[in-house]
Amino acid sequence: MGSGMLGKLSWAAIPFDQPIPLVAGAFVVVAIICVLAWITLKGWLPYLWEEWITSVDHKRIGIMYILLAMVMLLRGFVDAIMMRAQQALAFRSEGYLPPEHYDQIFSAHGTLMIFFVAMPFVIGLMNFVMPLQLGVRDVAFPTLNSVSLWLTATGALLVNISLVVGEFARTGWLPYPPLSELTYSPGVGVDYYLWSLQISGVGTLLTGVNFVTTVLKMHAPGMTYLRMPVFCWTALASNLLIVAAFPILTATLAMLLLDRYLGFHFFTNDAGGNIMMFMNLIWAWGHPEVYILILPAFGVFSEVIATFSGKPLFGYRSMVMATMAICILSFTVWLHHFFTMGAGADVNAIFGIASMIIAVPTGVKVFNWLFTMYGGRVVFASPILWSIGFMVTFVIGGMTGVLLAVPPADFLLHNSLFLVAHFHNVIIGGVLFGAFAGYTYWFPKAFGFRLHEGLGKAAFWCWIIGFYVAFMPLYAVGLMGMTRRMQHYDVAEWRPWLLVAAVGAVIILAGIILQITQLVVSIRRREALRDETGDPWNGRSLEWATPSPPPAFNFAVLPRVEGVDAYWRMKQRAIQQARLSDEPTYGDIELPRNSPTGFICAFFATFMGFALIWHIWWLVALAALGAYATFVVFAWRDRVEYFIPADEVARIDRANRRARGEALAQLATTP
Amino acid sequence: MSAFQGTAGRDGPDRFGHERGAQGRRHATEHAARELADKYIIVGYGFWIFLLSDIVMFSAFFASYAVLVGNTAGGPSGRDLFHLPNVALETACLLLSSFTCGLASIGARTSSGLWFYGAMTATFLLGAAFLGIEIHEFADMTAHGAGPARSAFLSAFFTLVGCHGLHVSAGLLWLLTMMAQVYAKGYRADILRRVLCFSLFWHTLDIIWVGLFTVVYLMGVWQ
Amino acid sequence: MSPAEPEFAPDYADTAPSDQHGGGHETAESVWSYLIGLGLATLLTIVSFFIARTTLVWQPSIPVALGVLAIAQMGVHLVFFLNITTGPDNVNNVMALAFGVLIVLLIIVGSLWIMSHMNHNMIPMDQIMQMQR
Repeated sequence: MGSGMLGKLSWAAIPFDQPIPLVAGAFVVVAIICVLAWITLKGWLPYLWEEWITSVDHKRIGIMYILLAMVMLLRGFVDAIMMRAQQALAFRSEGYLPPEHYDQIFSAHGTLMIFFVAMPFVIGLMNFVMPLQLGVRDVAFPTLNSVSLWLTATGALLVNISLVVGEFARTGWLPYPPLSELTYSPGVGVDYYLWSLQISGVGTLLTGVNFVTTVLKMHAPGMTYLRMPVFCWTALASNLLIVAAFPILTATLAMLLLDRYLGFHFFTNDAGGNIMMFMNLIWAWGHPEVYILILPAFGVFSEVIATFSGKPLFGYRSMVMATMAICILSFTVWLHHFFTMGAGADVNAIFGIASMIIAVPTGVKVFNWLFTMYGGRVVFASPILWSIGFMVTFVIGGMTGVLLAVPPADFLLHNSLFLVAHFHNVIIGGVLFGAFAGYTYWFPKAFGFRLHEGLGKAAFWCWIIGFYVAFMPLYAVGLMGMTRRMQHYDVAEWRPWLLVAAVGAVIILAGIILQITQLVVSIRRREALRDETGDPWNGRSLEWATPSPPPAFNFAVLPRVEGVDAYWRMKQRAIQQARLSDEPTYGDIELPRNSPTGFICAFFATFMGFALIWHIWWLVALAALGAYATFVVFAWRDRVEYFIPADEVARIDRANRRARGEALAQLATTP
Repeated sequence: MSAFQGTAGRDGPDRFGHERGAQGRRHATEHAARELADKYIIVGYGFWIFLLSDIVMFSAFFASYAVLVGNTAGGPSGRDLFHLPNVALETACLLLSSFTCGLASIGARTSSGLWFYGAMTATFLLGAAFLGIEIHEFADMTAHGAGPARSAFLSAFFTLVGCHGLHVSAGLLWLLTMMAQVYAKGYRADILRRVLCFSLFWHTLDIIWVGLFTVVYLMGVWQ
Repeated sequence: MSPAEPEFAPDYADTAPSDQHGGGHETAESVWSYLIGLGLATLLTIVSFFIARTTLVWQPSIPVALGVLAIAQMGVHLVFFLNITTGPDNVNNVMALAFGVLIVLLIIVGSLWIMSHMNHNMIPMDQIMQMQR
């Protein structure tokens, strides 16, 4: 335990003696240096700084969130492949990953996937789409939005630094005491986990505040709450859950930190600590968390299914009620994550019943989606393939969830691979498929050209087939008694299933490669895939009323909304009258200035987190001071907005109107 | 002093310096005036949501405290440690500071320097007094072997009450920053929004203290 | 004519929390509101402190009484200091508060219920530590 200038940090922190992290780490460091060098040599740094890094535009921030999510997906997936490989090999053998390393891999896999893939992905989609759908220019607090993004990036950075400097936690994605206490985890791994999540947790909470305020207080004129797209309702519900649940995570992790750093006794074995309290509190956050992830995905499907069926969403009001019911109910089921911890039959029964009840509003949603498609003219583009794949997969996963909600069944299946299969079933089938559907659906809006459709379809089929091949065997092997997180095993019956699962992971890998290829090919062929009018899918909601990509101000004039599916009405009127609506009166538009506050704040937060992990106290104080100074400098700004003159607004809007006018004319001449 | 100063200081479009000619300025002015009213509501509501999340965080600490309150590991309990006259003094300080904070926000709204600076100073002094008493209590307890590492009960106590104390400290720092901002920039619209946020924060801290002194101190002593 | 840039808020008038009288604030009314709030809060505080130590009341009722007094005082703060009323201009503020209160209740009551059951079923910690030796 060092107490010099660098706290506990020393050369021993770098894994020179462990080949796998050494090689992986070296590879990543070299890759990052190459990318940075390429960007610098091409002269893109000023552009990136002014237009992206300091941007407070919700569209840019949304895109950066999704970029972060996709990069972290690659890292998390590498962890997954390593785990599948280990379990395929480690029958009566040690495999190739020693336990200390294997434990870090499954912990990092879960942590990255939940906090730095799923969360940023859905937050990125909500960021990009929600203000456009509401018909406004940006979210309620644009600079705060930037702060949230960069603090999330800090969290991701810290987790990844642990690969090369030090180690990561070995406690799983939720650090249960007493293993996570200092006595049994004396290294820096758990600290990396804790500080990374505390910092990114602040970012997420601020996003929750931001989006709740946006949805409730900022609408285009005429857009009452019951005229909002369902995606905005699910965004509201998801962010209400963030506001309500993330403080619990902050508090619980803080208590663990106090135990580790200052010798407190919240969750220790001695001096009256209560270990079970950790599980109780962490799952009081953990269950709402999974609904935070799935609700935006539900919103994506509502949008995609309605658009690609050419019909309005069936049962708008019941969708809204189901969404808000899920929001409230998600706070009443958390004990089902620890039925086996000994609360007794009464408590278990109540929470088990509540867990079954929460499946009902989800069922309402599924039926609404099916009824939306029924009687419509379904266009089988890849977004709808993802949606149909979701409906089948998520229903299966949901049913296994209801099965697990029965306490006696859970006593056998808790922490088995059945459980692992269940939550991957709902997270991949639900959240990830929803993310991919949203990505494909809104990509043209964000970048002005569509993604290559053939490659997209191929990627979908690889993903869905790969998913079933990888995870259905895990249900079987879980029922046979295999526990989760096993580094090696000696039960011969399990082996074939695990081999099949490994093959499934490879099929998914093919899907990912296809997605990367799709992106590269689409960028190269972007002229052929260009979205001229801003409405490539014949959409129904307001984001399709803007050009692709939308200008900084989103709408030249805020649209007047008269019902649900506001843009569809505008289009129908234009088609009936065979002309576009009258040109509006253009005025100057003021927008918030870009600001480096978010990035600089995160810069100091990174140093503060790293210093706290390694007990470099002087650096902690310095970084904290820097963060505070950043806030004061930000607060002292005088010029916070800039203007886009009316002529510029007019020019951009007229160009889009021309394109749309041509499309309208073409429509008139086609029988 | 623009003509807008009379309307309670909330409208201050002169600061959004857009030198685009008279026409542009008038458009900007009207637009800004309407949007400012909306911005005040939006900022206030957003901060209210944030405060509710803060209250949820406190409730997690409260829950922990309630679960661990009996786990004294053979050490002292609340009854042995809590000194009610001190708590009464702390409560009085905080309650009065809430009142003076209210006066300060009236002062900001009416652009009255005397009321604003005077009431803010009083708020600061009362808040600092509260903090002083609390730190003294903590130091005293720790010196007598009843520090947070002694037992789970004490860990929970120090964390819950200490978290509130940290919020008060942050509030005092914010208070000083607000006074500096008003001094440097006047009662500009964005500064007034921040004063609104600060007063929401300060009142909420007092509400949390009500829960704290009742559940921790009064019920702790009653056992 | 200025460009028709409509407001953001929904069609009804809205107040920010803590904003007295929705915008047309008279200073005297605000000061009275704070004074009354201070008075009531002080009264409730004094009663709380008194009740905690008194022997004049049936003992088991004291925690309940303290709870009621605390909630009442929080209400006083909300109404007189934060100006959260039940008027139509305050709907969003009240809904948000109600949501927050619901979550707080679920967490505290839920945790206490769950943990008391767990503790009841749990072997005492010292016995467990002994078993490990």
